[in-house]
Amino acid sequence: MAYTKRLDGRKFDELRPIKAEIGIIPNADGSAMFAFGETVAIAAVYGPKPLHPQHMQDPEKGIIRCNYNMLPFSVTERAKPGPSRRSKEISMITENALSGVVDLKRFPGTVIDIEIMILQANASTRCAGINAAAMALAHAGVVMREMVSSVSIGKIDDKIATDITKDEEDYEEGEGATDIPFTITSNSEAITHLQLDGKIQTERLREAYDAALKASKKILDYQTRALKGEKIDENK
Amino acid sequence: MDIPNINKNRIAEILEKGKRLDGRKLLDYRDIDIETNISINAEGTARVRIGKTEVIAGVKMDVQEPYTDHPDEGTLITGMEFSPICGSRYESGPPKIDAIEVARVVDRGIRESKFIDFKKLCIKEGEKVWSVLIDIYAINDDGNVLDASALASVAALRVARMPEYDEKTEKVKFGEFTKDSIPLTENIPFTMTFHKIKGNLFADPNRDEEDTSEGRVTLAITKPKKEYIINAMQKGDVALISIDELEQIVKESEKLYDKIFPEIDKKIEKLTKK
Repeated sequence: MAYTKRLDGRKFDELRPIKAEIGIIPNADGSAMFAFGETVAIAAVYGPKPLHPQHMQDPEKGIIRCNYNMLPFSVTERAKPGPSRRSKEISMITENALSGVVDLKRFPGTVIDIEIMILQANASTRCAGINAAAMALAHAGVVMREMVSSVSIGKIDDKIATDITKDEEDYEEGEGATDIPFTITSNSEAITHLQLDGKIQTERLREAYDAALKASKKILDYQTRALKGEKIDENK
Repeated sequence: MDIPNINKNRIAEILEKGKRLDGRKLLDYRDIDIETNISINAEGTARVRIGKTEVIAGVKMDVQEPYTDHPDEGTLITGMEFSPICGSRYESGPPKIDAIEVARVVDRGIRESKFIDFKKLCIKEGEKVWSVLIDIYAINDDGNVLDASALASVAALRVARMPEYDEKTEKVKFGEFTKDSIPLTENIPFTMTFHKIKGNLFADPNRDEEDTSEGRVTLAITKPKKEYIINAMQKGDVALISIDELEQIVKESEKLYDKIFPEIDKKIEKLTKK
């Protein structure tokens, strides 16, 4: 059976119901929540602040230090608390996804700490985390050249699908499932983060980027509205 | 991390007059807000806010071998983290002693009150029992994370559903839930912490008050019939506590229990019916 209809009934270019809000953690300099359907991420920004140990300081620019943390009860089979190889990699790609748009030269010798927690997981947790983190940075007033928006594009069988779920990730029929998370900048439409798991014909990558770009524009709109103070909850 | 002495002195001075900087009386709690089922893949979850302090707790279940000294009883493991998300004073890394203490005090209150009916969590004596795993995370630390953690854990346990268990493969079917709740008793522990600054006792400190505190006593209380039972107690920090002060703390804890707990209990009971 070809994948002609999505498992949850969405259109192929449709996002799950979005939730977005800023200012959720009073202690933080900036904070935000972003959810793709059942995937819920929160992020807090602390800094820029002096970086310790001192030998890590860069006199030319500040650094972004990110910590992605998937809570043990956010998944069906309990995840062991604490850092894993997976969480370390996601922390790093999140740092890279964001560092490119932050004007780090303005904060020499400092660090901006970004803490991300996944409260509930149904695929695309890194994308939800990056979206929340980008909002938290903006909320903290950190100078950014442009915003970034992240979305996971899938190729399920031979169909390009936006914001894929766990069920779609596990799809095995036909060509199977390919997961391609993108993070795209708001103005220059450049890629600051890209990964791929699965198999996709080279000529179809452009199609995936186009879908990601289209979705990133929609996500940017949610992020912007939330940053203006709106509490977005499309589940209601 | 510490706050300036001038702030500490101000907090101590105003406590001496029986007042607090935020206008509360010495034994008043801030508003307590409870939300449950905040994470659908968990067996049970709760978010507790006490003022600006926010804590979330999640319950997961697994099947494992029982401890040899209790071959027919389920087990409980409680973990807690002050992740750097909850305040600038915290750093990443494995849980430090502050978090370990919270986890252990919460664990003892639940365990010693017999709130969980561990015998009913036995699947096959000496071989397979259910294990209850509670994970607690501070999301925003504005003081008294301990009481919030205990309350969130109890609420998460009360709304939790047992997962499906496949008798043939002897494995848990993660992600599939039964309609059964975790076997719990009527002994619901309620945890309160009292702090002391220069001989003045007060409850539910905010972050600055907690930094100023010289000593504290935490009690987990149940009231199965008409009697108040202390199921867990922990003295923290260095200040000396006299027996008169301890008796005063116990008396105040009984009063506070009656003042706060019945309403919270009703609130959680309602949430379990959702």
